[in-house]
Amino acid sequence: MKHLLDLPSYLEQDDEVRDRFDRLKKRPVALSVEHLGKEFETPQGTVTALQDINFKVHKREFVCVIGPSGCGKSTLIRILAGLESQTTGEVMLDGKAVHGPGPDRGMVFQGYTLFPWLTVKKNVMFGLEQSGHGKVAASDEARQWIDLVGLSKFENSYPHQLSGGMKQRVAIARALANQPRILLMDEPYGALDAQTRARMQAYLMEIWQNIDITILFITHDLDEAIYLADRILVLKAHPGEVQEIIEVPVPQPRSPEQLLSPEFLATKKRLEELIHPDQEEDGTNSDHLNMVRMVPVDHEVESVF
Amino acid sequence: MTAVSFLLPLLLWCLFSYVPWLWHPKVEISEPGSVSYFKAGMLVDRELFNKETLKAQEASKVVPQGTPANPIYLPAPHEVGEAFYTAFTTPPKRRTEKWLHESLWDSVQVIFWGFFLSSLVGVPLGILAGTYDFFSRLFEPFIEFFRYLPAPAFGALAVAILGIHHAPKIAIIFIGTFFQQVLVIANTTRKLDPSLLEAAQTLGAKNKALLFRVVVPGVLPDLYRDMRILLGWAWTYLIVAELIGTSSGITWFITQQARYKNFDNVFAAIMIIGIIGLATDLLLAWLGKRMFPWQRQGAKA
Repeated sequence: MKHLLDLPSYLEQDDEVRDRFDRLKKRPVALSVEHLGKEFETPQGTVTALQDINFKVHKREFVCVIGPSGCGKSTLIRILAGLESQTTGEVMLDGKAVHGPGPDRGMVFQGYTLFPWLTVKKNVMFGLEQSGHGKVAASDEARQWIDLVGLSKFENSYPHQLSGGMKQRVAIARALANQPRILLMDEPYGALDAQTRARMQAYLMEIWQNIDITILFITHDLDEAIYLADRILVLKAHPGEVQEIIEVPVPQPRSPEQLLSPEFLATKKRLEELIHPDQEEDGTNSDHLNMVRMVPVDHEVESVF
Repeated sequence: MTAVSFLLPLLLWCLFSYVPWLWHPKVEISEPGSVSYFKAGMLVDRELFNKETLKAQEASKVVPQGTPANPIYLPAPHEVGEAFYTAFTTPPKRRTEKWLHESLWDSVQVIFWGFFLSSLVGVPLGILAGTYDFFSRLFEPFIEFFRYLPAPAFGALAVAILGIHHAPKIAIIFIGTFFQQVLVIANTTRKLDPSLLEAAQTLGAKNKALLFRVVVPGVLPDLYRDMRILLGWAWTYLIVAELIGTSSGITWFITQQARYKNFDNVFAAIMIIGIIGLATDLLLAWLGKRMFPWQRQGAKA
């Protein structure tokens, strides 16, 4: 494919961005993943989903994880959340190894997973009550979080009365109300339409800038990853391994105009190369269907070109 | 459409009852004429009636008169309609016997206790088996076996152990309901979206909170629907249950009335069962909508 624009390298950072990354890397480490591996037993034999994953997430950093389908990004985040256990390696949160799920790692799922029998407010109160807050205290605190995501008017609505974007905002408020050390987000906007998704990205940026929270965000949308992340962890499939950790050269704070800036496009080009390499090796070109011409030569529209 | 679905069979019934040339295999004698063994009000086969009429004509005797009629076991709708009222006002033939409303009350009590006791044990067991693999493997194989044993087969046993009054009847309903109930509820519980449990875990919920604050409320609407269906089955077992020991309740009323050939009362009693069943179900459905406002209704996405 010919690139029509002359783009800089994604590795080029201007002084401000480089300076910021230097400071970022001096922050304490919130989450560190060491030699993490995961194997599944299947009837066809052992499948290695993740192999020797190593990375660190610093305090208040925004890290996106991206990779082709089947690279194990969901498995990775589920291990981090404690919903699955790793075969090898260690997950350290604030320097301590974690096992099993816990309120110190909040999770937002693609399918919202709000409790349908609870109102918006009670959903947000759920975690607070589990951690021992009284009803009144939990209720007050839940209100603040609901207000923060702009859903005060809906605090007594049930989830089925809300739109997808609103549901996901409740889910974020519910996870944040527990004041977790890290917020894990598993393709949270995958089910939303383009406009809602853009708005939700803006909301999330705003929340992240104003709250003491570290975010690990899984997505398959390249633009979303570049737009949101400080650094992008690129995984490759079979087995799932870290391919590259990209420092996004787009300056913070981000705005939608940057989607067409040279640094943005350069990063996107690099991601495209990493995630969609030419797949000619197995003899079939999986990007094309096995098509033959099925239009007669004397058809009134002889060619679409 | 609901009304039509009820009207159609009713219309069919009316046709057979009121249109004289449709079916009507019997003749109700109004004038016995010269036939010695005919009496007014007697039902005879049409063939017999025709033969006797022909015989009388040939012998130039008085010809018997009669109108086409249906057999006694198919009363006309208006007779059954009347029976709905008269069945309640007719005193029992013997002083020890019960009025219809007393019989009905007996039945309702037996159903209630049978179903209540079964649910008291069955619902918790079902939820446990649906939530924890351990309980599922502990309970379900045996229950799976036991549910194939037809509840009525335990009739004699229940009477031997529990006596002849209400207790064995309640036991039959219990046996008929309980084993299905555990399995149905365990299945319903298993259908709960596992990601809800995962979400709760990431919010800090542990064993007991997971069970009581996620599983139980999560399955409640479906569980309620299961219970409505199971209650319908309990009515089926009632009829069998009431035949064992001393026959009692609505079934006793039906068999007794059939013995007296009051088929209008029999039909009325059967329909009363249907009406009670349908009314309870509609009431429960309506209550369900009140209790579970978060359930999406119908086509609403």
